[in-house]
Amino acid sequence: MGKRLGLIVNPVAGIGGRVGLKGSDGAEVQQRARALGATPQALHRAAEALERLMAVEDLEIVTYPGEMGEDAIRAGGFDFTPNWTVRVVGSITPSATTARHTRQAAREMQRLGVDLLLFAGGDGTARDIYEAVGLDLPVLGIPAGVKIHSAVYATSPRGAGDLAALYLEGRAGSLREAEVMDIDEEAFRQGALAARLYGYLRIPYRTSLVQSTKVASTGEAAALAGIAEDVVESMQANCLYIIGPGTTTRGIAGALGLEKTLLGVDVVRLAEGQGAVPTAEKRGELVAADVNEAQLLALLDEQGEPGAERALPARIIVTPIGGQGFLFGRGNQQISPRVIQRACTHARQPWENLIVVSTPDKLYALGTQPLLVDTGDQAVDELLTGYVIVVTGYHERAVRKVAH
Amino acid sequence: MNQKASKSHARTELPAATPPLSRPSQVTDGKPTLRRFHQARWDEPIIFELSQPGQRGVLAPELEDGICSEVGDVLMTLPENMRRKRPPELPELSQPQVLRHYVRLSQENLGTDLNVDVGQGTCTMKYSPKINDQLARSPKVAELHPLQAEETVQGILEIMYRFEQILREISGMDRFSLQPGAGSAAIYTNASIIRAYHAFRGEAEKRDEIITTIFSHPSNAACARTAGFKIITLYPDEEGYPDLEALKAAVSERTAGLMITNPEDTGIYNPNIAEFVRIVHEAGGLCAYDQANANGVLGITRARDAGFDLCHFNLHKTFSTPHGCGGPGGGVVGASKELARFLPVPLVEVDGTEGRASLYYLDWDRPDSIGKIGPFYGNASVIVKAYAWIMSLGAEGLREVAEIATLNNNYLLHRMLEIPGVSAPYARGRHRIEQVRYSWQELAEQTGVHSEELGLRAADFGVHYWTSHHPYIVPEPCTLEPTESYSKDELDEYADIMAHVAGEAQADPELVRTAPHNSTIHTIDHTPLDDPSRWAMTWRAYQKKVKRQT
Repeated sequence: MGKRLGLIVNPVAGIGGRVGLKGSDGAEVQQRARALGATPQALHRAAEALERLMAVEDLEIVTYPGEMGEDAIRAGGFDFTPNWTVRVVGSITPSATTARHTRQAAREMQRLGVDLLLFAGGDGTARDIYEAVGLDLPVLGIPAGVKIHSAVYATSPRGAGDLAALYLEGRAGSLREAEVMDIDEEAFRQGALAARLYGYLRIPYRTSLVQSTKVASTGEAAALAGIAEDVVESMQANCLYIIGPGTTTRGIAGALGLEKTLLGVDVVRLAEGQGAVPTAEKRGELVAADVNEAQLLALLDEQGEPGAERALPARIIVTPIGGQGFLFGRGNQQISPRVIQRACTHARQPWENLIVVSTPDKLYALGTQPLLVDTGDQAVDELLTGYVIVVTGYHERAVRKVAH
Repeated sequence: MNQKASKSHARTELPAATPPLSRPSQVTDGKPTLRRFHQARWDEPIIFELSQPGQRGVLAPELEDGICSEVGDVLMTLPENMRRKRPPELPELSQPQVLRHYVRLSQENLGTDLNVDVGQGTCTMKYSPKINDQLARSPKVAELHPLQAEETVQGILEIMYRFEQILREISGMDRFSLQPGAGSAAIYTNASIIRAYHAFRGEAEKRDEIITTIFSHPSNAACARTAGFKIITLYPDEEGYPDLEALKAAVSERTAGLMITNPEDTGIYNPNIAEFVRIVHEAGGLCAYDQANANGVLGITRARDAGFDLCHFNLHKTFSTPHGCGGPGGGVVGASKELARFLPVPLVEVDGTEGRASLYYLDWDRPDSIGKIGPFYGNASVIVKAYAWIMSLGAEGLREVAEIATLNNNYLLHRMLEIPGVSAPYARGRHRIEQVRYSWQELAEQTGVHSEELGLRAADFGVHYWTSHHPYIVPEPCTLEPTESYSKDELDEYADIMAHVAGEAQADPELVRTAPHNSTIHTIDHTPLDDPSRWAMTWRAYQKKVKRQT
């Protein structure tokens, strides 16, 4: 049974990096980069990934013309691979492709029913793919851009090829949602870092080639349900819960019967009289959806002055960004240093009112690398540095180092 | 033969007539360094599928009329609700069919008596002398019944008593229960004793957290969870050592105990182990030492001397009884004097009072005991084998076991690190105790060949290989534990096979990725292991879940 793979190369991805331009978004920057002698990286990186797909038999590759994919295939001679067929669709004007072409190509490949869409690019490319296909199509990024904040990319082009091969051969069966992040390039070039969460794409995920019979891995869905049950069990009446973006945190709102905004920070509390009911029956009340810093501070004010006799508690729930480990300062800047400070005032230790949740797999992928905070306020970053106890499942915790 | 074609080999396809895909053995100094190996492949059905109605292995003689009329229908003496409405659906086969079936299965196995079994790290695969099996199989042991009167089983009780004294000496603990039937049963016993201790002190509600480390045997987290505890897992520091600062962040008035393996499954000995114990004790918790990895520390360190309150040994690992095929095993649990009251019942005691019917007896009168963790007094045959193994070595011999196991491991480590593409993450440049968790990450990045695939190719040369428990914290892991049983030549053979396979991954990745070629079966689909709707632990479940779908 043959498989169909989509391939999109963003030809200008990474063009700004070698010449120190911190990104490649916008026609003007691309022209400057070319003027500075930059050469496109994406073609070679895509070819490197395809090299690792050679083990897949009966493959049909659907791609866009010339620099958007076809060239990478010809450069590597993949069109001569036995049992592979290459189908070029769409049309472009060479050296004048834009984000619009990426989105158009992704939609076209989705229409043609590809099993997986491989794309080479950076954060900007990931955003375009997200806008075009959302969560409907399994995709995987070949890292080729200057900025890679998004968790939808493999760690290397070869890694992308390997994972794609496993997925197409049915050996990496599960898919998970990974973050599409991007920074404001204009601000970045001026020295300011402001990463935003734009959405999620579904990427293949390598559990393992061979399962050991000694351990049964339970999968992403069970892990998310366990985390949600644990957090909901601990929820108290009258406490304000500020919930950051993420798939993991979305599950917590879901367990309370609430719909969470995908990218925003939402504020919830237990509904009236729900403090003592069994965990599975607890219902929440949405206090405010997709709030900004000012709204958060106003809501915290309503809880009363921290430490005052009648003050009501507030807690913040966040999950680390996949592949990077940022807890604060990436994708959840609404939870500002002032908001964090406010929640931490009068806590016995800094993390008491900050609930960190993560699937075990997300932590494993970080290896021994610490979790990170970059709130923009040195004092708050230092306050949070040390160790945090992360909720990884129902009644399961992991202790992780936090650095800034 | 086309290499790519080999990947699609179905299980039923006939093996190739020509020697399939094994490269000619390399010849050095006139002798081949790698043996040519080909495993039997019988395509043998499950025994239930071989069943034919009416086939019999043994024909029971007809009863004489006189007996029948005297005894009547013997089944009628059973209570109504225990009588089957219809006979069990056992497979029906003749004796030679059964014999052939199991001999064929045994030939399709890469068992420890067949291969240089250093590739099953954490399992302590060592040679188990056959004479110990003979002792355990002798009628004197095999025909004992656990419900016999004490005075008629003084011999086995004496062995159990003496064995406990030996374990006390090895660990420094004060009392042992031999009852748990496996490592996880022992770890569950440890968790139950920790719970009982805090309940005894009126703190069971408050102290509900068990701390463990990610490189401890995962059974510590799993058993403590099963016993009702919350689990806090510590991650290693950048050097791969258990993180003392993380422990300090984890302990609190809710800490019930620490349950860890040491050395960890990386082969790294926790240099701060005494400090770990002190911190947990100061917080009011107990410390349980999983000694599944004791093979490198026998006669060198003792659990009690490091301050631990509880420990357990796997008789089927360290004490050679042997390990494999799911049992029978033994997970003996040792406790300090303070905690001995909580051990499972019964314990074997000795009473030399004159006039007593027997010297050794079973003490059931232990009101604070956690109760029973398994049937009777433990796996008697396993205890006999472990006792025989220890008696054949003596105290000095046990220490020599640890020294040679460690020496062997560090020699293999040295040989392995000569292979391009492999590394031994953490504690760089340091020796390891009895095993190493290697990483083939560099090779995988260069070649796209994964650790599991190297293992499947290694099977083509007749050796076993294992990656790691989940999760794969060490990327592309491979865990080797050579124990004391293997000679330098055998370790060299294993290292040569690893080097050869890693070389093939560089030169001809497809050959490795499509392995095994000379083994019983090719790769099988493991995804049902993640899918409860497709698990089939019994023939009935298999028919219900799997057969009906196909």
